[in-house]
Amino acid sequence: MRKLTKGAALLSATIVAGALTGAMAHAQDKEFTIAVSIPAATHGWTGGVVYHAQEAEKQLEAAFPNIDVIISTASSATAQVSSLEDLSATNDLDALVILPFTSEELTGPVEQVASNGTFITVVDRGLSDPSIQDLYVAGDNIAVGANTADWLVDKLGGEGEIVVLRGIPTVIDDERIKGFRDVIDQSDIKILDIQYANWNQDEAFTLMQDYLGKYPKIDAVWANDDDMLLGVLEAVDQAGRTDIKYALGGNGMKQVIEMVKAGDERTPISTPYAPSMIASAMYMTAAQFAGQAPMRGSFKLDAPLITPENADQFYFPDSPF
Amino acid sequence: MSSAEIAAIPENEGFKIRWGDCAPFIALALIILLGALINSNFMSTNNILNVITRSAFIAIIGVGATFVIATGGLDLSIGSMMAFVVGIMIMAMNALAPSLGAWAIPVGALVALVVGSLCGLLNGLIITVGRIEPFIVTLGTMGIFRALITYMTDGGSLSIDRSLRSAYRPVYFGDFLGIPYPVIITLVIASLGAFILYRTKYGRRVTAVGSNSDVARFSGVHVGRVRTMAFVIQGFCVAVAAICYVPRLGAATPTTGQLWELQVITAVVIGGTLLRGGKAHIWGTVAGALILEVIANVMVLSDMVSEYLVAAVQGTIIIIAMLAHRFTGPR
Repeated sequence: MRKLTKGAALLSATIVAGALTGAMAHAQDKEFTIAVSIPAATHGWTGGVVYHAQEAEKQLEAAFPNIDVIISTASSATAQVSSLEDLSATNDLDALVILPFTSEELTGPVEQVASNGTFITVVDRGLSDPSIQDLYVAGDNIAVGANTADWLVDKLGGEGEIVVLRGIPTVIDDERIKGFRDVIDQSDIKILDIQYANWNQDEAFTLMQDYLGKYPKIDAVWANDDDMLLGVLEAVDQAGRTDIKYALGGNGMKQVIEMVKAGDERTPISTPYAPSMIASAMYMTAAQFAGQAPMRGSFKLDAPLITPENADQFYFPDSPF
Repeated sequence: MSSAEIAAIPENEGFKIRWGDCAPFIALALIILLGALINSNFMSTNNILNVITRSAFIAIIGVGATFVIATGGLDLSIGSMMAFVVGIMIMAMNALAPSLGAWAIPVGALVALVVGSLCGLLNGLIITVGRIEPFIVTLGTMGIFRALITYMTDGGSLSIDRSLRSAYRPVYFGDFLGIPYPVIITLVIASLGAFILYRTKYGRRVTAVGSNSDVARFSGVHVGRVRTMAFVIQGFCVAVAAICYVPRLGAATPTTGQLWELQVITAVVIGGTLLRGGKAHIWGTVAGALILEVIANVMVLSDMVSEYLVAAVQGTIIIIAMLAHRFTGPR
């Protein structure tokens, strides 16, 4: 364990080539334990995270028999801190892949784990002190907003009136809205209204009904999340409104990707903030140990538009999200 | 709860009570007036119908909650229970759809009513037989039901079979002589509730148990049975709300019905039912549910409030309404 860490440090510095072969030979017959700490499946997106983590666990353990993956889910930041303590107390962890509930509360406990020489991979939400992590994998929330806005500006010919639904007041929501607004503000498109609907289908339905009552003409609506988009579409259909040319979401929920694949006119695109990023992070971490592929650094997964042409790559029919 | 002098205060006020009973309706009228002044679209038929239809869920569950609260109980599990019943109902309907076709809908609804009543019975029995505070018991079952729906949906969503969707949709979106079905169902449930509460022996026992359970027990009322029954009524009402809820979005998710318990309890209390029990006001609860929904609607229709402050303004309006209630009604 200690020897390995030392080996890994040398490896990243690439000082001695001999050390590399030595460490690799060592790696072949050694068992590695990778712990994965993620939020419990309390809503669509985290449900997807749990699903993809479990799939990646099966695939990794089948591909690398000497790697053991332990997944632990937690329903709150406090529970996640406790589960970290339990994980590191009962196992000799070679690596920890963590999607922190909150940045501030988890920074200390993760630092504690890192001090034992564990390789730390942080996913999605960064820690307050980035120097703790060896590897950082995240989606790009600003791009989620900006790419959607670019597409919308183009399709609406740079003008029109739109409404926006926000999620739960968090950094994620703020970044998306900022990315979206920065692009929209440069066009002649006017944001008529923007309100919170808490990433909740029911609240999105209600809010959209109110928007429809308030504004007789709306060119497009951006729900910022596919779960909310489903509520929005129901409200629009029920009101029988045909003025809404585009209704867009984000995140790449499978029901919405099905609509994109089918060439829906009102929802022709989505933007990924894929829960499968946990799988990307787990594979990269496994590569650090089982492959000859140093993985230290920051990886930002892009948010390219999901269109009918590439929708298959983002479609996981068995995922709950 | 047990101190007799608190429970004794609202007694013997004769016809003066009438004013207090009207308070929620006056508050509702004032908020509607406010809405009409703020945005002309507020009074449009569509908007009014949307808001009334939406408030049906809270109103229907609220009728049950009025019984529970009138007996001096409290049910925090209703939001999660709704989600759980919705989940069971969707699973039952999907399983039955291939063999029964559209008949899967009424059968599924029946399953929901049974499951809902059993959930209520479970709450009631643990509270009365186990002699544990309703707050703690229902806090526990709230977690249980929420976890079960999360488990049933794998954290994602559980959708109703496509073949049933179009047949079932009208239950939320359809209307009879211009009155949406959820509104009719609310009126039926509230009328039934009012009949049971004000016109039957059981109803009188509910308020008797709530105002002073010891006195009720000495006068021969089976307090445990009355309380348990109130929770069963609550469970039944939750199931009725679930039946109206499913056709709207056609899916259950782990966030379905989240925090509805607080909205329901708020509606019941705004409506004039005492949180400590002993006094129940079914139609007040319906008015309370409308007040909450109208306030939320007015907030969106007005441009005066920043999106960050909406909840603060809503809270303020509710408190002002309660203060007005205090000063217009008898003390």
